[in-house]
Amino acid sequence: MSIAQETTRGYEPYIVGAGPRSKAGLPRFEHAERTLASKRVISAFGFWIFLLSDIIMFSAFFAAYAVLSGETAGGPSGKDLFSITRVAIETACLLLSSFACGVASIGARARNDSMYYGGMTATALLGAAFLFLEINEFSGLIAQGAGPTRSAFLSSFFALVGCHGLHVTLGLLWLLTMMAQVFAKGYRADIMRRILCFALFWHTLDIIWVGIFTVVYLMGLAL
Amino acid sequence: MFGKLSWADVPLHQPIPLLAGCVAFGIVGGFVVYVVLKGWAPYLWREWITSVDHKHIGVMYIFLAMIMLLRGFTDAIMMRSQQALAFRAPGYLPPEHYDQIFSAHGTLMILFVAMPFVIGLINIVVPLQLGVRDVAFPTLNSVSFWLTATGALLINLSLVIGEFARTGWLPYPPLSGIEYSPGVGVDYYLWSLQISGVGTLLTGVNFVATILKIRAPGMTLMRMPIFCWTSLASSLLIVAAFPILTATLAMLILDRYLGFHFFTNEAGGNDMMFMKLIWAWGHPEVYILVLPAFGVFSEVVSTLSGKPLFGYRSMVAATMAICILAFMVWLHHFFTMGAGANVNAFFAITTMIIAVPTGVKVFNWLFTMYGGRIRYAPPMLWSIGFLVTFVIGGMTGVLLSVPPADFVFHNSLFLVAHFHNVIIGGVLFGAFAGYTFWFPKAFGFRLEEGLGRAAFWCWLLGFYLAFMPLYVLGFMGMTRRMQHYDVPEWHPWLLVAAVGVAVILAGIGLQIAQLVVSFRHRAQLRDTTGDPWNGRSLEWSTSSPPPAFNFAVLPQIEESDAYWETKQRALRQHVLADEPAYADIELPRNSATGVVCALFATFLGFALIWHIWWLAATSFLGAFATFVAFAWRDRTEYRVSAEEVARIDRENRSARRAALAQLGAAE
Repeated sequence: MSIAQETTRGYEPYIVGAGPRSKAGLPRFEHAERTLASKRVISAFGFWIFLLSDIIMFSAFFAAYAVLSGETAGGPSGKDLFSITRVAIETACLLLSSFACGVASIGARARNDSMYYGGMTATALLGAAFLFLEINEFSGLIAQGAGPTRSAFLSSFFALVGCHGLHVTLGLLWLLTMMAQVFAKGYRADIMRRILCFALFWHTLDIIWVGIFTVVYLMGLAL
Repeated sequence: MFGKLSWADVPLHQPIPLLAGCVAFGIVGGFVVYVVLKGWAPYLWREWITSVDHKHIGVMYIFLAMIMLLRGFTDAIMMRSQQALAFRAPGYLPPEHYDQIFSAHGTLMILFVAMPFVIGLINIVVPLQLGVRDVAFPTLNSVSFWLTATGALLINLSLVIGEFARTGWLPYPPLSGIEYSPGVGVDYYLWSLQISGVGTLLTGVNFVATILKIRAPGMTLMRMPIFCWTSLASSLLIVAAFPILTATLAMLILDRYLGFHFFTNEAGGNDMMFMKLIWAWGHPEVYILVLPAFGVFSEVVSTLSGKPLFGYRSMVAATMAICILAFMVWLHHFFTMGAGANVNAFFAITTMIIAVPTGVKVFNWLFTMYGGRIRYAPPMLWSIGFLVTFVIGGMTGVLLSVPPADFVFHNSLFLVAHFHNVIIGGVLFGAFAGYTFWFPKAFGFRLEEGLGRAAFWCWLLGFYLAFMPLYVLGFMGMTRRMQHYDVPEWHPWLLVAAVGVAVILAGIGLQIAQLVVSFRHRAQLRDTTGDPWNGRSLEWSTSSPPPAFNFAVLPQIEESDAYWETKQRALRQHVLADEPAYADIELPRNSATGVVCALFATFLGFALIWHIWWLAATSFLGAFATFVAFAWRDRTEYRVSAEEVARIDRENRSARRAALAQLGAAE
């Protein structure tokens, strides 16, 4: 534990001739030039790049949905299937979970346990509620014969919305892991970086949901 | 219990793939046994398999690429010999086997030869050129490599268990759909590409973050060596293009596994969407490969001409222009699909425009050489061979970009000749130039030059013999992927092409001989100075091979061609800069995360191919647990003491001083 704190707090490998810095709490990057970023910046930047690539993957699913959304093959269209109430509740769950995630991030920074664990728990519960509603919608569709094999429209719908749901599921797995990590190891520098990345991930899922909400549900109900 | 897998899937009735597979896996297995018996296993585990050092990961990438080159080239020999024999005859390869061979050849050569070779060079060179100690995410780098290796392993597994795709290197539906390809061949393709694709994407993320966020003090973007710029462009393209591949293959997987209708003929599916999506990845992929090769040529031409690169800024601009234009030309791969004259005209014009920045680069290389003191070492030979060959390939490419002409050449051997012309002449020659150029940096001894020259001439001659006849055959109307034919006029040209392949084989043999001979004579070929080519960029300022921390003290950069200027200053003043103040250096510790994760990924891929669901779930959980275990580590770094750093660096400095004295005496 003590070694870990020394290596993750007191030292920065990409700085010229960096040894352990003074324990007086001086800024660690005092000699850094603009070309050498801190580990926190590098992690967040790299993760942003990854998130952008994830958004591009979603854009391929969006494109496929846009191409195939009219191909109902004589089956039901979005207008026949979507429930605006359910989608509104789903959206509320997800947006509120993002807020809770923000609270948890502030809690972690402030080293405030109840704020961190409370925020994370709220995020997890809201995320799980969102997932429950989505699974409920999917199983209802399949039960009434509007599963993904029915038409190309439904294939692309299930793939796009399901891909987002899969991301939420993996996000929940990550969330629980982060809670366990803080519980076992405390607010270590590397764990703080992971919390930052997790928060970015969770907020990105919101951005994508806004796209799905608009393109799939609102436009589907309007057309 | 074992899904679709049964003993009937071992192709006992097809002796060729079975034999080839057994020989390949026998060699690998024998090698493993030999290593263990010799007691090298701990060394391999410590220094290579679990290493997170970018230089070691790069070497492993290139090793993988070379092994896969042998496999892919074996496929090429089989295809050329089949076509040489199959005039009014069935030849020796039945159609279903021949189709697997050309599919595997394309897949392997692009994704498991060219990609790892290029990424390997980027790994070895970029952090050294930037003057830093490692990449942004060292352990992730190891994960990337091992996932790529997993993909390669799965593809080769299809030799002995089941079959490979018969759909060509891009599995166009509806042929690749479950109705027309019910076997596991396409599944092998899909899952090995998905897994290795994740690895490639992570590499792209890693190098974008490295190049944009971690550079030595003073190394501004416009002082970066051009290879770093092309690597940046290539990494950006990876980040932007590979997710499209992942999504597209995921859709095909859903079609095949769960009965979705993305690309099917019925229920409103749209198979043309597959061509669109796959080429929206596929065309940038070409530039992902060739841009770093352009970077290699820039470094080689400038160093071995003893001149700074001509038009550095225009080179950067051309690189980034290609990076953007790469996303605007994809439709030229299917002009014949019927998008209409206006759409075709748009993509024809963007395709022609991309020849402009490429032309800028060619002239820059020529003007760099002009008036320079050129040394015709093997890296330079590969570069000159590239210039001539690539210009021919570029011109046939512009020919193909004209839609009316493309309607004639589409799917003909003219096309096959064109893309081999640019990929062998551009990417592979670039990879070999980089390999011969940076080999001394990676291993501390030079490659024997005589054999290197001979290998180059065999490759060059063999290339022209093998592929120029294919242009002619394209004009004569021969289409690609023919298992047999009845046209007597084609036969002699195909015989010439087969001879060309034999000459290339001699080239590959000479390259292997070069490696063996150089290793045996490594004492004489030792690179004591760390600067065997009188280099210009920072990788030559450290010893060969570099210490784990690359630089004892991070260099301060004040100009481009940083090391060249430092050397000139030292020559003028007859002294090295003062000894710096050494401090402790901390480096990331080794991690088995990459290899363990890849082990689970292998089982995951295999289980998904054969529908063994319990194994898939278990493997996924195993991979997740591996990452959690990694995140739970308390010690992530180890420390190299200042005394140790000083001892290592003083050795390097004394070698430099000797070299400086020698250079000074020569002046």
